[in-house]
Amino acid sequence: MSTAKASAEDVARLASLARVTVPEADLARFATEFDSILAYVGKLDELTLPESGRVQSEVRNVLREDTEPYASGTWTEKIVAQFPEKSGDSLSVKQIISHD
Amino acid sequence: MTKPLNELTIVEAAKGLRSKTFSVQELWDACSAEAARRNPELNAYLELFPADADAIARAQARIDAEGENASLLCGIPLAMKDNILIEGHVASAASKMLANYTATYDSTVTKKLKEAGVLFVGRTNMDEFAMGSSTEHSAYGPTKNPVDVTRVPGGSSGGSSAAASAHTALAALGTDTGGSIRQPAAHTGLVGMKPTYGRISRSGLIALGSSLDQAGPLAKSVADAKILYDVMKGHDPLDATTLTDDTYPVKEVGKSLRIGVPRHLLVEGLDADVLESFERTLAALTEKGHTLVDVSLPTSGYALSAYYVIMPAEASANLARYDGIRYGLAERGESLLEDYVQSKSSGFGSETIRRILLGTFVLSSGYIDAYYRKADKARDVLRAEYDAAFGSCDVIAFPTTPSPAFRFGEKSDPVSMYLEDVFTVTANLTGMPAISVPMGMVERDGVSLPVGIHFTSAHGADDLLFTMGAEVTGETL
Repeated sequence: MSTAKASAEDVARLASLARVTVPEADLARFATEFDSILAYVGKLDELTLPESGRVQSEVRNVLREDTEPYASGTWTEKIVAQFPEKSGDSLSVKQIISHD
Repeated sequence: MTKPLNELTIVEAAKGLRSKTFSVQELWDACSAEAARRNPELNAYLELFPADADAIARAQARIDAEGENASLLCGIPLAMKDNILIEGHVASAASKMLANYTATYDSTVTKKLKEAGVLFVGRTNMDEFAMGSSTEHSAYGPTKNPVDVTRVPGGSSGGSSAAASAHTALAALGTDTGGSIRQPAAHTGLVGMKPTYGRISRSGLIALGSSLDQAGPLAKSVADAKILYDVMKGHDPLDATTLTDDTYPVKEVGKSLRIGVPRHLLVEGLDADVLESFERTLAALTEKGHTLVDVSLPTSGYALSAYYVIMPAEASANLARYDGIRYGLAERGESLLEDYVQSKSSGFGSETIRRILLGTFVLSSGYIDAYYRKADKARDVLRAEYDAAFGSCDVIAFPTTPSPAFRFGEKSDPVSMYLEDVFTVTANLTGMPAISVPMGMVERDGVSLPVGIHFTSAHGADDLLFTMGAEVTGETL
């Protein structure tokens, strides 16, 4: 599973999926490091595991009551203070959909 | 008192405060002054907090009024890792991404510690977002090991281990995703404990790997670690993964403990003097009446591989939230997508980006079965192996790390750094509790460096680790 070598293009593609940019000069280094990491974690390939799926019981989900956990407005001021851009108590972001 | 106040253990300080040998103010001043004196050299703290006169007065009043009934942590100065939220203080996880982020609430552990009367000396340096084993990956420069400043203090809780080891606080809090409490504890001569997954609330911790993370103590003695653990543990409605008292069956043990030793893991990759120190410690324990049992954990050899699939997968998902929109670093481009990309690219350091890319890869279509799902299954098998081994023993022992603290820059390729965690990651994968306790010193270049012995026990058997640890240090709990 880890036979393929990572190329600079592979790293650039992953970076775009993860919404980060890796400087051109670092792409080759990242690719080399990736190869050695994948070679190490690729040891998992040798491991034979039981066919029957999970050997432990599934983790259970825990849900709380579907009610308001706190009074509306309790945290507003502190949270709004962290917004990089705002209009009143609303968070401002760039327009995503245009009508042109 | 013969020792300076900042060098006391929590137990000693609590006794001194109750007998009025010294005041809370004097204890705070001693730690705070030592922190200010040592920090320029060690870089253990990213920020030293000014004295909180109200909190100091409240703690003193409680000790005066309640005496022996006051919490043992009342008036105790503690160092806090920079990924644990304290309302009104910056919590940056040692990242440029969160340099301007002020915590809007207290984490559950912060709340419990404040209620007990703890005083916070400052927030400690760490590997960015807890990704590392040396504290060299902080955006604010590395922390130095107080035992030998040419060496790393371990990581990712390296600021906390340096702070407590240098006596700038009586103890410190860390978080542990793959060994980040236990490995730095071993490298600085401290006791470090990672509780059973779910024993301590994760609410208000900056997440790295949500199925692996736990907060825990770094302390100068086993007794001190237990005091901190006891105050922080418990079910929390704000963290649905926290345990209740009846989640796991109570493990019954005799006075003589059965110590499982997986000999097959100690054949290679371990410094000879670390192994000797480990054998000496085991021999001392058998002289005290404990017995050694051979255990086999065949999947352990794959634990680190599984960990370096699961942790980056979870990290890449957790770190997706830092997009420059609601808080943290906010770079602006031509479009919303550019806002995200520019914020992330300038906010994250290279190890963080490396793990985000790795996580993105192992979760991507075409690779998720071979990597993530396989690692997740291996995790189940590992857990079953440990459960089976605990049928014949009470704890499982090995050295915490293969070697003592290494020099800065010595492990510059990622895989050699990841191998630092080879013994510690398993407890995070299985969710079992684990402790590192100092087991002696080894010499490197004429300097004596501490090494630790590591014990794991069954789910929920956290207290057994303190019992075992106290047997190593000779403490009476």
